[in-house]
Amino acid sequence: MWILVLAAPVVAALLVSGSRSFTARAEQTQASSAEVKIDNFSFGPAAVTVEVGTTVTWTNRDDIPHTVVSDEKVFKSKVLDTDEKFSFTFTKPGTYGYFCSVHPKMTGKVVVQ
Amino acid sequence: MTKKVKDEILHDHNKDGVDRRGFLKCMAWAGTGALCVMQGGVLKSYSLSRLSDLGAGATAAGELSFVQISDSHMGFNKPANPDVAGTLKAAVDKINGLSAAPEFLLHTGDISHLSKPEEFDTVDQILKATGKDVFFVPGEHDVLNDDGAQFRERYGKSAKGSGWYSFEKKGVHFIGLVNVMNLKAGGLGTLGHEQLEWMEDDVKHLKSSTPIVVFAHIPLWSVYPEWGWGTDDSAQALAYLKKFGSVTVLNGHIHQTMQKVEGNVTFHTAASTAFPQPQPGKADSPGPMKVPAEQLRSILGITDVNYVRGQHALAVVDSSLA
Repeated sequence: MWILVLAAPVVAALLVSGSRSFTARAEQTQASSAEVKIDNFSFGPAAVTVEVGTTVTWTNRDDIPHTVVSDEKVFKSKVLDTDEKFSFTFTKPGTYGYFCSVHPKMTGKVVVQ
Repeated sequence: MTKKVKDEILHDHNKDGVDRRGFLKCMAWAGTGALCVMQGGVLKSYSLSRLSDLGAGATAAGELSFVQISDSHMGFNKPANPDVAGTLKAAVDKINGLSAAPEFLLHTGDISHLSKPEEFDTVDQILKATGKDVFFVPGEHDVLNDDGAQFRERYGKSAKGSGWYSFEKKGVHFIGLVNVMNLKAGGLGTLGHEQLEWMEDDVKHLKSSTPIVVFAHIPLWSVYPEWGWGTDDSAQALAYLKKFGSVTVLNGHIHQTMQKVEGNVTFHTAASTAFPQPQPGKADSPGPMKVPAEQLRSILGITDVNYVRGQHALAVVDSSLA
């Protein structure tokens, strides 16, 4: 009972902050996350805006392998076969353009605030 | 009764020896088995059933015959073709059954699907049954994760840069180019400055009568840039070839046969041995196209190329695996 009472304010704080999903950890840091799907040779959504500390996860749902490579070489995935994922945690604000190095017409961006 | 087809040029707007009707006719036949011959700068097209009309010279007694295969995608196992090893073996059977045995094979890339060693091993093993030398250029699927180090170790030990090279066969000059490396966000295929400089130097001392065959993975002409089907700096490469009377450009990547003629340059893309892709703009994306199983082999194929000394033309024949 005592545990539940303590947990309630934490849940409330998570709900008002407006990000897509949360994980409350033992040390009380909050890590938020966002998802980008790769379908039909495109990133969806092509632009995501997240807070500093957010982990973005890309999932390839095409029958063809793709990569996720930062324009400025900040991050670079290995090749992602069908249903494989790549995650990167953004620790600094900024706009991060990225593309698929196999099919460079595929581009997207992550805006970190 | 077969209908006699007229091949005279009716409207030669571009002064390139090809009218629109003749070109479209060639295009239409390309998927089912066609022979497109350049003779004295004039494109002539024949269906495979009319090959005998050409006489012995053009195909049977060609001085140099070779086969292009492309886009084996070994390791691909999705519904569009769960057995890419089987269809590559069918391509080998087709090659071994050709009436004029080819001297060697060109593979225009995407040998593997995921650049895995076992995928390359499988292709090597299957192609061994042809008993022919194979000249490779990489596709983007062959240089994943390691910037092409494995590809060069296997196929490009004597190649320059990221894997480009040239060689001579019976007076024909072959140039293998790499346009799948260092691709830039939003861009198309890229040859790059270093490769272009090498190419300029490579052809500088050749006589203009030397037939040239250029092969690379991504088309060196603008097929459909919206899907990345083109090469940003291909115009520069082609500018170095302007003096030559006969230039044949062979590409893969788009998993369908297509042909275009511009002056003395014939551009041609080969079918895949693995799976078809949609026609430009005819689907949401250029991803693998699923067709009924019984139709698959009719849209996969090989390309047979013949050169006859004294003629400008290299005859390019596509045939399906069906």
